[in-house]
Parts: sequence; C-alpha cells; structure tokens
Amino acid sequence: MSVLVNKDSKIIVQGFTGKEGTFHAEQMIEYGTNIVGGVTPGKGGTQHLDKPVFNSVKEAVEKAGANTSIIFVPPGFAADAIMEAAEAGIKVIICITEGIPVQDMVVTKAYIEKFDCTLIGPNCPGVITPDEAKVGIMPGFVFKKGRIGVVSKSGTLTYEAADQIVKAGLGVSTAIGIGGDPIIGTSTKDAVQLLMEDPETDGIVMIGEIGGNYEAIASKYIQETGNKKPVVGFIAGQTAPKGRTMGHAGAIVGGHDDTAEAKMEIMASCGIHVVKSPAEIGITMARVLKK
Amino acid sequence: MNLHEYQGKELLSSYGIPVQRGKIASTVEEAVAGYEQLKAETGTEFCVVKAQIHAGGRGKGGGVKLAKNMDDLKQHAGNILGMMLKTPQTPGGLNGEGKLVRKVFIAEDSYAPDFDANKEYYISILMDRGAKRNVIIYSTEGGMNIEEVAEQTPHLVHKEYIDPHVGLRDFQKRNIAFNLGLTGTAYKNFLTFIGNLYKAFIGSDASLFEINPCLKTGDDRIIAVDAKVTLDENALFRHPDLEAMRDTDEEDPTEVEAKSYGLNYVNLDGNVGCMVNGAGLAMATMDIIKLSGGSPANFLDVGGTADATRVEHAFRLILRDTNVKAILINIFGGIVRCDRVAQGVVDAYKNIGNIPVPIIVRLQGTNADLAKVLIDNSGLHVHSAIELQEAADLVRKFIS
Repeated sequence: MSVLVNKDSKIIVQGFTGKEGTFHAEQMIEYGTNIVGGVTPGKGGTQHLDKPVFNSVKEAVEKAGANTSIIFVPPGFAADAIMEAAEAGIKVIICITEGIPVQDMVVTKAYIEKFDCTLIGPNCPGVITPDEAKVGIMPGFVFKKGRIGVVSKSGTLTYEAADQIVKAGLGVSTAIGIGGDPIIGTSTKDAVQLLMEDPETDGIVMIGEIGGNYEAIASKYIQETGNKKPVVGFIAGQTAPKGRTMGHAGAIVGGHDDTAEAKMEIMASCGIHVVKSPAEIGITMARVLKK
Repeated sequence: MNLHEYQGKELLSSYGIPVQRGKIASTVEEAVAGYEQLKAETGTEFCVVKAQIHAGGRGKGGGVKLAKNMDDLKQHAGNILGMMLKTPQTPGGLNGEGKLVRKVFIAEDSYAPDFDANKEYYISILMDRGAKRNVIIYSTEGGMNIEEVAEQTPHLVHKEYIDPHVGLRDFQKRNIAFNLGLTGTAYKNFLTFIGNLYKAFIGSDASLFEINPCLKTGDDRIIAVDAKVTLDENALFRHPDLEAMRDTDEEDPTEVEAKSYGLNYVNLDGNVGCMVNGAGLAMATMDIIKLSGGSPANFLDVGGTADATRVEHAFRLILRDTNVKAILINIFGGIVRCDRVAQGVVDAYKNIGNIPVPIIVRLQGTNADLAKVLIDNSGLHVHSAIELQEAADLVRKFIS
C-alpha cells in the first residue's frame, strides 16, 4: 500500500513533447517511474523518449492502460487537459501547470466532480512515493523511503521538510504537493485523510501558508477522528503583510482567520504539534514519534 | 490587476450596464473641457470631482468633491490633481504619506434632481474559495463600509452562490431584487443590470467587482456610481484590451522592475533582505528572519533558474533599500544545482563590486557541498550555511 501513486501506477504525461514535459518525463523515467507514454495532440503514433505518443488521453487509456496522468500543458489549455483526463477515466490527475485562470478552475472543479478521479494541484510539485514512483518535479534523491507522510502547498518548502525528516533519521512514505492556487483539486484535509488511512504512514507533516481555511478544516478532521497519528504543522507567511499576494496566487491574507497566527492557534488547539520555525519540522517529528 | 474607477466603468459600460457618466482629466484645462461636455450631455451644472487612485475610501481623504459650478470645478480639480491623497487603504493609512493623484474623473451628479427618492445598494461579485464558486454579495446598506455592515448587522448582508454548471439563473436575479426591496420598473431594470454585471465579471475574468454604491434613482434607473474592479493576472493573456489598461504608476516601481527580470518581489519595511527560490520557502525564510530577531525587508522569489543575471538583478533591487543590514540567500536546489547558484552569487557579487552588508548564503540540495566550498573559497564577504538553522544563527549574529 501507498498513497495515490506507486510502482504499479501506469502514468502518462500530458504535454509530453513540450520542453517542460520532456525534461521532467526524462527525470521521472530515470527515477524508475512507470511512464507508459504521453499525449500530444497531432503527434500520435510517434515515439518520444522511447515511449508511445498518443493523440488523446482516451487513446492512451485504451492502448496503454493508463490510470494516472501528469500535466505540463501551458496555462491557457491546462484546464481542458484536466477535463480530458477525467473524461477518459484517469483516476489520479496531477497538474503541475502554474498560472491557470481562476475561472477556468471554477468550471473544471465542478466538471470533474462526477468522475471517479482525484485531482492534485494545479500549481503543485506533484506526488512522490519514494523508491516507487515520482510523479512530479521534485528532486527525487531528497525523499528517502520511510514512514512519514508530507502534505504541502509549496514546492521547495516540501523539499526542505523532506530533507529535515530524512536528516532526523526518518523518511518519507508519500509526499503530496497539493498546490498553492485558490482552487485546487485535493484539499489539505483530503490529503491528510489519505495519509491517516495509510498503514505505511506513522506520522504526518502538514505545511500550509497564509490564505484560505484548508488547514483549519484539516485540523478539525484530525481532532474529530481522534488524533490517530502525530501531526507536525507549520504555516508559512507569519510575517506577510495584509492584502498582498505572496507569490502563490492563493497566498493572500484577507480576514483575521487567514493569518498564520490564527491558523497556528487552531492547529494547536486540535492537538497538532505546531512549529514556529521552519527549521524545526524534522526534529519535532522525531521528538513526538518517540513519545 | 486593479483598474481605476473610470476604467472599470468603461468595462461595465461595454456590457450595457448603466454607469455614472464622466470625463477623465489629468490637468485643470482637461477638467474644464470635460465639465463643459458633460454639462451639455446631462443638462445639469452639478458634477463630482473624483480622484483616480488604486485605493478605496477616497472621500475620507478629500479626494471626492461636489462642484456646483465652473468656479467650484476649477478649484476642486486644481486641489485634487497632484495632491498626496491619504485614505484608509493607501500605504500607512490616513497618517501615511498617501498616493499621488494624477487623474480626476469629472462625473455627473447621478443623485440629482430628486435627491430624496434615491436609494443606495451594495453589490459585489467574487470567487469564494471555500465554496469553490462565484458569489454575489449584496446589501440594502449601500454606500457604507461593507465590513462594518457585516459585523454590526449581518442579517442585512445577503449572498447568492452561482453554480458553475449553469451560471446565474433568473430566479437568483429575482431573489436579489426582492431582497433589495425593488418593485416595478426599478425591479425590471435591476434584473437586466445584475445579469449583465455577472456577464461582465465572467467575460473579463475578474476576481472582484465591487459596486458601492449601486444607485436606484427617483425615476427608477439602476446605476453603478462606483466600480472597483480587480482582474485575474493569470487570465490577462486572453484580454489584451484590459491588459492595456494597466497603470504602472499605481504600482511599486521596484516591483514593476522586478517583474521585468522575472523576479517576484514585494517590498517590505524590515532590515534583512532575502532571495529565495519558491514562494512557500520564501515566506518561511521571512519567518525565520523574524524569529532570529530581524525583520524581512522584502519577499523575493527568484524562481526556478537562479542564474548569475537574475541573482545580480535581485542583489541590486535589495541593495537599493538602505535599511538592509544583511542579505540572506536561501536556495533549495532540486532541479537547479547549488554549485551553479553559488557561481551565480560569486559572479554577481564581483560584477556589483563592493556590497556593504554581510551576505549569508544557504544552499541545500543537489551539490550543496560543492557550493559551500565555492562560496568559502571566493574570498568575498559571504558566509555559507547548509542547514536552515545555521543560516538563522548567522542572521542573528550579523544584525545584533
């Protein structure tokens, strides 16, 4: 068992032959990820990186048995790519693309509800189950195999957390980068729930940032289900000024509940081990696991 | 991206939405000409002179004045143009330095002649992140600060959520009109108004429309008297006409410049500059600066390619701020190799010449060890670290 992706996942790359798609597909294949092909409309029937190229996701599902997709399609077309994957029967859709218009995601999120699929992202680093599958753009070597799950809105901060977890003598079961956009497919709570129910995960690191109420909802879920596994939490943006977007389109402090301080209070009140310093994520997890 | 009031009204007008008419002016002469034209069009002497800046609460700072004749108009336009307008929303608030007013909107007096028959409403449209759908928020308490209305009389603030599958339905438009207490011709006019307003919101890829006040006149017309419009930056690629409305005079010049180099920069008022790859890590780095006794001078995401040119631009931007006592560079090298970033830092440093403040470079990830050696042997006033805590300790040392 593992969460979302594993060695048996049959993965296709949407936007396969583009610059980003090619570069990261190479990295994923090198990691040992089971890439079964890719989709670039109009280039179907050709080969790229020694893998078949299909004209549509439907074709990739029929001919290569694809069940997982990673999307590198440019922002103007990415929402369409997500819908195409859902329609074709892909179960796990991971959208890396940054800069998708918000209204496109409002429609897409509503559209894919009727399908049995999980969307991760957009604007995320992807998902990695170490030694099995890297379906994302993260540096694979940082994520050593272990039993700590990671949920994060951010890319490099996820790598930072994973690095600290490994240096603290632990390792990662699955790391899920849920993305930093205002509308994302899988919320913090959804991702935490997957890891809570995963028998290969003993503890969870939950990294949020200012904006939205995802961390508060996840915290309440953790408390209501009896704090079954220790959770270490950090919220980036304690020093962010009100009303300014901090890089991620979703990272903006609106009302009081959006602030890092308010979120950390809620998390702590729900029994989460909140760290104020991003340098203490790994050592805190090691400490609470020993208890 | 924010639009000025007059631009927002142009946008609404193009969707057939009745707006308070007016003329834009950047000099008193233009204001006079605009006033004459407006007088001919509306047949009334009265007009409102409205400062055009990207901030609300303009009336509170003296940026909105009623002119009853040409003398008034000249006086108000002369006073407002070129003033540093302070509002609760300009930097530092009413006690801050304010924002320079470069343009005024000479607007018709929509309230005349039947002043007592007017009624003001509040309407906004935005995307509710929790509900993952658009919502129309409205109230009978127009012309007021909606946050205060929501706090003191929450039952007077209504919401209508819009299902993305089917859009704004007619019954929802009626709900809104009924809740606002509209009847007769005004009711009919409002249904068209709200329908077109939602069309404009979707059509322009807006992230916020705020019409406050929305006016019902004595003769039952519905008019947008003010228009606050924010557009989704990510969607501007399909709206070149709206992108052309960008007023960089209203944005922080350093942030505009940073954007042209591919850097995501937000100016803050602390004493430790920082340069980081990734937005989340950048925010976390600002936090650790604070925990180390300093305060961040900026947010700066250099993105995925932290090469020498970008690093040099970033250095120059940060160094322009004379409050900066130290600079912390925090790069987690994944796809980008740390030794390349280190070389970029060394090259950029040499190009700039003497950097008067200590620089702490924390490089972690691919080839971090090589990068540390490169930094340590550079002979420059640069201190290296690998762990985040080490970097934090160095910050503490240099600013205390």
